[in-house]
Amino acid sequence: MTAPVRTRDRHEAAVGLPRLLWVPAGLAFALIALPVVGLGLRTDWPRLPELLLSEAALDALRLSLLTASCSTVICIVLGGPLAVVLARGRLPGLQVLRSIVLLPLVLPPVVGGLALLYLVGRTGLVGQGLELAFGITVPFTTAAVVLAQTFVALPFLVVSLEGALRTSGQRYEAVAATLGASPALAFRRVTVPLVLPGLLSGAVLAFARCLGEFGATIAFAGSLQGTTRTLPLLVYLARESDVDAAVALSLLLVVVAVVVIAIARPRTVAS
Amino acid sequence: MTRRLLAVGAAVLVLAGCGGAAPAETDPSPARTLTVFAAASLTDVFTELETRFEADNPGVDVVLNYGASSDLAQQLVNGGPADVFAAASASTMATVTDAGLVEGTPVVFARNRLQIVTAPGNPEGIAGFADLARPDLQVVVCAPQVPCGAAVERIETATGITLTPVSEEPDVRSTLGRVTTGNADAGLVYVTDVGSVGDAVEGVDFPEAEQAVTDYPIGVLATAPQPELARAFADLVSGADGQAVLAGAGFVGAP
Repeated sequence: MTAPVRTRDRHEAAVGLPRLLWVPAGLAFALIALPVVGLGLRTDWPRLPELLLSEAALDALRLSLLTASCSTVICIVLGGPLAVVLARGRLPGLQVLRSIVLLPLVLPPVVGGLALLYLVGRTGLVGQGLELAFGITVPFTTAAVVLAQTFVALPFLVVSLEGALRTSGQRYEAVAATLGASPALAFRRVTVPLVLPGLLSGAVLAFARCLGEFGATIAFAGSLQGTTRTLPLLVYLARESDVDAAVALSLLLVVVAVVVIAIARPRTVAS
Repeated sequence: MTRRLLAVGAAVLVLAGCGGAAPAETDPSPARTLTVFAAASLTDVFTELETRFEADNPGVDVVLNYGASSDLAQQLVNGGPADVFAAASASTMATVTDAGLVEGTPVVFARNRLQIVTAPGNPEGIAGFADLARPDLQVVVCAPQVPCGAAVERIETATGITLTPVSEEPDVRSTLGRVTTGNADAGLVYVTDVGSVGDAVEGVDFPEAEQAVTDYPIGVLATAPQPELARAFADLVSGADGQAVLAGAGFVGAP
């Protein structure tokens, strides 16, 4: 699967690039890479283990991994079918629907957090009902963190999977249908295995977006150790009092991000 | 060729625009600019004092930069250009003085204390600090890392009452926001913050607040481009005029 892709790459590289491109390309790379180097230079390496193993840091790491995992599962369960509908559904107004799904990609996350607050907050339309009917308040809970992360990460999964669905086409499903497979069987045995790489890379992207989520979480869920204070929120808070701790935690997030990219990259190239 | 030149020209123009206009370009007159970094809780007071200072000193433009004291202190330590720094706690001012950036010794010009903030009419009947520990209440406070949260911690230590807040917010304004939006029943913020939002909330005084009064120091920076104006501004703030405006906003006078 990957071998032909590689040969084609080598063939394309032989054509050569205009030399002028190297300058802005180098600048762009430096713009991304150098700040991370700066972070490394500012790190208090001898104190690093102590800073990363503090109770607050461990709580935040645990909470970040837990909430990002939950949110990613919800993204797959709800976003997967949404991507199928967007890619293959025949519905008037699908184009409008797609634009709305992309909204969290464009909106500042803090706006998303405020929107959630005014919907499911205690005075919000849905929030008031939940409190009256079940005595549930959503803000300030771990569930609120998951909701905020799912809101911002959903489009990453949907867009990635929809792209995979479009490129794979529907020829194999058509063949399966002529062989007597029901739509459900063809979907399960043909479509899902075909777009699995796209689904996985979408899920990894969504997971990464969840890990980095800050704006929507702080606006909607609040900040309390062990309940709502994820790693980015702890970085923001630590910055106020202990810059070394903030830098150490930032470095931890960079490492997690690099791991996520390392997992996701080969599949993105292959698809 | 012409098209390519046009494209390059357009790109250069856009980049130049991104760079932001230098002050000299926006203001052709040789006016002097005084840059003041001030704690967010001073917004109303310093905006009023800015008008007064500019009236007293024609040709001077006061530029105010409000923010969390700790953020501003970090900016100053990292080379942020300013003439005057007014902080909301002695410890954030110490960050700047320890770096050798302040001329002389900062002067405490005002003090602030905490107040309980509730929905208008105080529907939960909160009468004092001990009530905030009631399990049926959703209470928000500032995180201990910021001055308003450090004050809460001092009161908890002094009274032996430990609160179980639903959230520890990164700054005093977001703590206040939780109560104004109705998502929390009560919060602990500065008395001046309660005053700034009018009837949207109700403030409840409590005697234990005296255990954690916050000092507001002001200092002229050693690297100030306008040292004389900076001293004049600091004098205005700690002088009679400044004290009157501060008192009007709910601040307690300098000790």
